Amino acid sequence: MYYIKPLTPLCEVNDLGVTDEQINYIEDMANHIREDIIKMLVEAGSGHSAGALGTADIFATLYFHIMKNDPKNPDWEERDRFVLSNAHICPVLYATLAEAGYFPKEELLTLRKLGSRLQGHPHRGTLPGLEASGGPLAQGLSIAAGMAMADKIDGKRNRVYCMIGDGEMDEGQIWESLMFIGKNRLHNFTLIIDRNNIQIDGFTEEVMPLEPLKDKLTSFNFHVIETGGHNIRTLIESFKEAQDIFEKPTVLLAHTIPGKGVDFMEFKPEWHGKPPNKEEARKALAELRSLGGKITCEHE
Amino acid sequence: MKLADNILDTPEQIPQRNGYGDGVVEAGDANENIVVLCCDLTESTRSAKFEAKYPERFIEVGIAEQNMAGISAGLAFSGKVPYMSSYATFSPGRNWDQIRVSICYSMANVKIMGAHAGISVGPDGATHQALEDIAITRVLPNLNVIVPCDYWETKKAAIQMAGIEEPFYMRFGRENVPVVTTEDTPYKIGKADTYRDGGDVTVIACGSLVYEALVAAENLSSEGIDVRVINSHTIKPIDETAIVTAGKETGAIVTAEEHQVHGGLGSAVAEVLSLHHPVPIEYVAIMDRFGESGEPNQLMKKFGLSSEGIIKAVKKVLKRK
Repeated sequence: MYYIKPLTPLCEVNDLGVTDEQINYIEDMANHIREDIIKMLVEAGSGHSAGALGTADIFATLYFHIMKNDPKNPDWEERDRFVLSNAHICPVLYATLAEAGYFPKEELLTLRKLGSRLQGHPHRGTLPGLEASGGPLAQGLSIAAGMAMADKIDGKRNRVYCMIGDGEMDEGQIWESLMFIGKNRLHNFTLIIDRNNIQIDGFTEEVMPLEPLKDKLTSFNFHVIETGGHNIRTLIESFKEAQDIFEKPTVLLAHTIPGKGVDFMEFKPEWHGKPPNKEEARKALAELRSLGGKITCEHE
Repeated sequence: MKLADNILDTPEQIPQRNGYGDGVVEAGDANENIVVLCCDLTESTRSAKFEAKYPERFIEVGIAEQNMAGISAGLAFSGKVPYMSSYATFSPGRNWDQIRVSICYSMANVKIMGAHAGISVGPDGATHQALEDIAITRVLPNLNVIVPCDYWETKKAAIQMAGIEEPFYMRFGRENVPVVTTEDTPYKIGKADTYRDGGDVTVIACGSLVYEALVAAENLSSEGIDVRVINSHTIKPIDETAIVTAGKETGAIVTAEEHQVHGGLGSAVAEVLSLHHPVPIEYVAIMDRFGESGEPNQLMKKFGLSSEGIIKAVKKVLKRK
């Protein structure tokens, strides 16, 4: 009779194959992205705060863990693509691309200014890492569907990610695209819905109700994963699940808090389309730098 | 320039759309990245020929023109060369915003094929008669606009644009129209062609009106009026040199097109002449009204889109010269 010694892991690895260090890193990046967003918006004097802050955790998870991408080689053929369809929240995309190293971070402060590569709404071809122009809602979803279709025709293995806003789903073109993606079983396609329940005129369920949204998406032949939009671990789990589905496209119905990370902006529809003023920005940055008061903020 | 034989007596009649259907197959033979999309109008746009030969490169989008424009842009960003086809009333009619942002602003290499354009679509009536499509596409930066005159020209344009990495809009009609050119007639996107020389007046035409202009010129020659005929198949970028030269050498211009008078070929010609060499212009076009049901030839006659209409306009402009 002999004894089998149990294997001990070299370091703490959870069941996702992700270390706590990795998760901490992604959380840090999300916080940096939020700080960038506040600085950019106060400098620009106009722009959309709530959606940008509310999706920072999703962006950090995608660009710093999930997506195959190489900031030094933005046109890499084998990259995963990300298309922002609710393109008015582009400060979060710009901040993420800069944090990832696609272009210098100093350039973030040129947002919305004359001669800037960071246009008020994204202009494809001006800035490395931008896969599509956007602004008029719903257009990005069709573009992303076209990219996924091209990869399918070519038998490529890379993935296409697309984010839409929930208010954006009022547009008819969204449902045209969902039908197309479902019909063609684009399993290389992952849709992320920023379900933050607000749009310019108020709460989505008052402006134009979307519920029962999960049922609608299921009936359009999507694999629906309902998930929180702020827990990095949960987000990684959801994206990995999407990668494992081979018979249909996947949608992450991501419940987010608009304005997340800045106490006085959270859940407030009025922060959808405006930037903070200088005093509000100071307060917001203090909150972000102290991780919501958990640590002492030296900049306060 | 070598044109078809006997065109004034017994011209061969073929729909322009057949030229697109044959042209895109030939372009697809040479370039495996060419894909074709259609919105439930595969047979009548003539995309069906491509679908039959290359089913794996044909994408049926259903009745969803806005989605088709976006999907085409996405395909283009991934290296494909999409030809997206529908009726001109729907595309660019219903999806202008998507063409503007997803395609033109982003310089997507997408070819927009607007079939059943013009009043000659006939009995379907005003809703289906695209008479504003040149105007709404011509104003978009980065977009080339082509209006071919016959089968051969539509075919050549469909093939040639595949080699130019820019967005294109091409409009063509449903009906049989006289075949003016031959397989060998030279054709170059961006270069207007002079089909008949003359010194008294110039008719600048596009699409099916090119043939009518040739008939008008022949008839006017018997009255001693010497008419130059220019086929301005590329509306954008328009051939300024040919227009200004015609203005200088003949001193009077008539434009002719199957489109509203505002914003189409006539406006494009007037913009060039007003800047470089102002001369009197008369317009043969739809005069700011909607069309109606009727047989194509009845409608063309009623709205003056005929050799008779062009002759009238020539006589009028000569009085102003």
